[in-house]
Amino acid sequence: MTNGWTDIRNTDVVLAMGGNPAENHPVGFRFVMEAKRNRNAKLVCVDPRFNRTAAVADRFVQIRAGTDIAFLAGLIHHTLENNRYHEEYVRLFTNAQFLVNERYAFDETRGVFSGWDDQQKRYTDTSSWSYDIGPDGFARVDPTLQDPRTVFQVMKRFYARYTPEMVSSICGCSAEDFTKAADLITSTGTADRAGTMMYALGWTHHSQSVQLIHTAAMLQLLLGNIGRPGGGLNALRGHANIQGGTDCGMAYHNLPGYIAVPKADHQTLDTFLKSITPKPLRPQSTNFQSNYDKFAVSQLKAYYGTNATKENEFGYRLHPRLPAADGGGYQNWSWAYIFDHMYRGEMDGFFSFGMNPVSNGPNSRKAIGALAKLKWLVVAENFEQETAAFWRPDILAVSDLKPEDVKTEVFMLPAANFAEKDGTFVNSARWLQWKWKAVDPPGEAKPDQEIIGRIFLRVRELYQQDGGAYPDPILNLNWWYSNPASPSLDEVCRELNGWALEDVKDATGAVVVRRGQQLSRFLDTRGDGSTLSGNWLYIGSYTDAGNMTMRRSTADPSGLGRYPEWTFSWPANRRVLYNRASADAQGRPWDASRTGIAWNGQRWVGDTPDYTVDSAPDAGLGAFIMLPEGVARLFVPGQFVEGPWSEHYEPMESPIANPLHPEQSSNPAVRQFMTKHDVLGTAEEFPIVCTTYRLTEHFHYWTKNNPYSVQLQPEFFVEMSEELAREKSIANGDRVRVKSARGEIEGLARVTKRMKPMQVGGRTVHQIGFPIHWGFLGRGAQRGSMANLVTPTIVDPNSYAPEYKGFLVSLEKV
Amino acid sequence: MQPTRRDFLRLSTLGGTAVSVLGFDLGPAYAAVRELKIARTTETRSTCPYCSVSCGVIIHTLGDKSRNVKPVVVHIEGDADHPINQGTLCPKGVTLKQNIVNDRRLTTVKYRAPGSSAWEEKSWDWAIDRIARLVKQTRDERFIGRDASGRDLNALTAMGVIGGCTDTNEINYLLVKAFRAGLGVIPIEQQSRI
Repeated sequence: MTNGWTDIRNTDVVLAMGGNPAENHPVGFRFVMEAKRNRNAKLVCVDPRFNRTAAVADRFVQIRAGTDIAFLAGLIHHTLENNRYHEEYVRLFTNAQFLVNERYAFDETRGVFSGWDDQQKRYTDTSSWSYDIGPDGFARVDPTLQDPRTVFQVMKRFYARYTPEMVSSICGCSAEDFTKAADLITSTGTADRAGTMMYALGWTHHSQSVQLIHTAAMLQLLLGNIGRPGGGLNALRGHANIQGGTDCGMAYHNLPGYIAVPKADHQTLDTFLKSITPKPLRPQSTNFQSNYDKFAVSQLKAYYGTNATKENEFGYRLHPRLPAADGGGYQNWSWAYIFDHMYRGEMDGFFSFGMNPVSNGPNSRKAIGALAKLKWLVVAENFEQETAAFWRPDILAVSDLKPEDVKTEVFMLPAANFAEKDGTFVNSARWLQWKWKAVDPPGEAKPDQEIIGRIFLRVRELYQQDGGAYPDPILNLNWWYSNPASPSLDEVCRELNGWALEDVKDATGAVVVRRGQQLSRFLDTRGDGSTLSGNWLYIGSYTDAGNMTMRRSTADPSGLGRYPEWTFSWPANRRVLYNRASADAQGRPWDASRTGIAWNGQRWVGDTPDYTVDSAPDAGLGAFIMLPEGVARLFVPGQFVEGPWSEHYEPMESPIANPLHPEQSSNPAVRQFMTKHDVLGTAEEFPIVCTTYRLTEHFHYWTKNNPYSVQLQPEFFVEMSEELAREKSIANGDRVRVKSARGEIEGLARVTKRMKPMQVGGRTVHQIGFPIHWGFLGRGAQRGSMANLVTPTIVDPNSYAPEYKGFLVSLEKV
Repeated sequence: MQPTRRDFLRLSTLGGTAVSVLGFDLGPAYAAVRELKIARTTETRSTCPYCSVSCGVIIHTLGDKSRNVKPVVVHIEGDADHPINQGTLCPKGVTLKQNIVNDRRLTTVKYRAPGSSAWEEKSWDWAIDRIARLVKQTRDERFIGRDASGRDLNALTAMGVIGGCTDTNEINYLLVKAFRAGLGVIPIEQQSRI
């Protein structure tokens, strides 16, 4: 989230789209209801289903799953066409005035950008997706926004195609419903109003999900809603510490603190540091990422301790580098790619800590087939689950395998749960909240720090005894903990924040942090090895004053729900990101009743400023300090693989050809896997659009073990419209079968008015949907109803998130 | 001093003291019920492990003050002082106790031998040693010191690690540190991808 749960109460308009917060984040959703009650805020819900959020919305628009970009692009067009954008904000805080490269072009009839190679069916040259750079190395600008090559004018032309009629023909809603919702959503494009967007996996589970979020961010920037109390673009997130996991580098492409991993081409520390520290694109840019070298060196010091010296490039050569891929670029080891490599027999071993990829990853049949190729599998869990037990005859049967054919050694380790250990979770509002241990784990169950610690120590011991392949990083790892076999999480929390290894001095030579002191500011880190920090983002969370994540003061001096002394919010205890944009060019809040930060003549006051604290407004420093431009990106130069703008492409399985450009119907940058499980169905065989979701009574694949949860929602079901049920002679409660090109699943029919057929591309399209919470193991009627038996292994080409929403199926009565 | 919401609830369950907060005494109305349930419990502040709203919860354990008695969780309630949930919980959150106290919880190490269709019970020592040897064997056999162009990689792609979204920052960091910075593992992922 750019903002946070408690800030939503400050909004005037909520767009809930790509998420169903009333169902899935019901306690956070209270702040939407509070805004409605206290501020007369309006809630707009856009979804394929009339869901629980829709039930309390002021306006609901039903759309076809997988068409969100078209809807949002229509909102952008509506905003620009009717002058509903916040002009001063756009001028001050976005790249609207930047000039786009002369060679940039978009072919509207073919649906591809400049650089497309027709023979190879891919983009071979994306250098035109960039700014026009002047001789001084900075991007050229036209502050009047009139030059036809300004981002603003190019954007206007690009999105002009998304008329209400076009939105209607793609999304399946009426043009009138769209326009009414658009009027409400874009009513926040003024200084005195703020609107927020709440989204979840309904936006990220698509083959064009990153561009989808890009479109939403553009709209919020045009309306002047980013950085402001009551505004923002808010990812609700679905697991207690999915945010912290991402922050701490649990992704193949990132180190802790969102520093890109070293690649094969970065043979020296110097080349690596150059790759992570971009050059500014405008003179007034803070370009905060120029500090990443200090953060990276401090992280190497955390990893390798005293074995990281200036002479050995701070242990850089001990750290692995991402191998190059055969076809250029680097290897991809994201989730779906891991299981593809595994399925091809390229992996021997696998650890799963609290994850259940048979249930939660795309295409369960492929996942089971992949695990069967492993030599060994270790699963640490609270309850027996489908991944640990994938070798059971009933589960293996899904992939046409038998236990005797599967040679995988499997270890199922009993692990402690949340209440049985301490440590911090980061919620979607970026709050790091310490929790305390309440009880010991049951029986022989162990906390994960002990499982990790003991395995690591035993491996290290074996390398010490017997030698082996490049033991140096193992032997040199800084495993400094008082109890190495079960590191104290308090010690790890201190390391994540980091401390000074030597006295840290400022430019005048004065000592700012003494040796041994915890760090409290980003800019006190050094690239010379004198500081240590596991994750720079968390600096300030554990200072010499103590563990800030334990703070529990409910003081709220702003009255806006920022609670600055309730735990700690990364970065720097900032509660709203990009908050410089909450004030105008003179540093006055756009709306004095909702101050983010304000200039008091000497410094910025209010929330922790996302800005240099004493930089006067007339110095004109860019408001978006993390970008080399210093301003937010509407046009995104060279970052996304399918283009600098977001274009509507159909899902990889779609009932219709793209009305904009039928020949390039789906996302041209998507790459398909090639095993026998990676198949797509046609609209002739599988005419129904399908989507998956959660229920408020269950959490993912855990609560199927809880008696109360199972009593509340006992059995897997398939939601369908009355019209479709009639067509298929299905009655409420009948047993039905859903088939896709990948597999099939059975459950009870739930015939409902919540789903409606729609007119799309001149024909009637039906949609169905079902929840994800069932499987083979648990209480009650499990029956092997795993939602991902039917989902495709298609992934977004930027984020590599699977397309769980908007794939094709058929439906029949059993 | 302003009473916090939690003080308010606690005080109001203790009969007479509630008068000073409310001006009249609601205590006796439900003190009987609440005192029986949680009066002698130890309260521990925690965070709901389900979605990312991260509601504050109070875990009540009983039995920790006597010798030879293992504390057990007897009740979980929303933390009334937490600025987000303010004491409330959702239909999942109210079943949290069953996530902890549940006869389906794993309590011993289980092992499935190649080709087998049953679990065997094993000791931790045996499992840790066996896992460590498999890790070392995989790493020794499949470690990529250099690529075809002679560039140093020091990487291991034949072994993967997923996990973390259900666990704390500290566990995520320990996984990254031990497996990536230590063993050189490249395929490290978590739920945020999917």
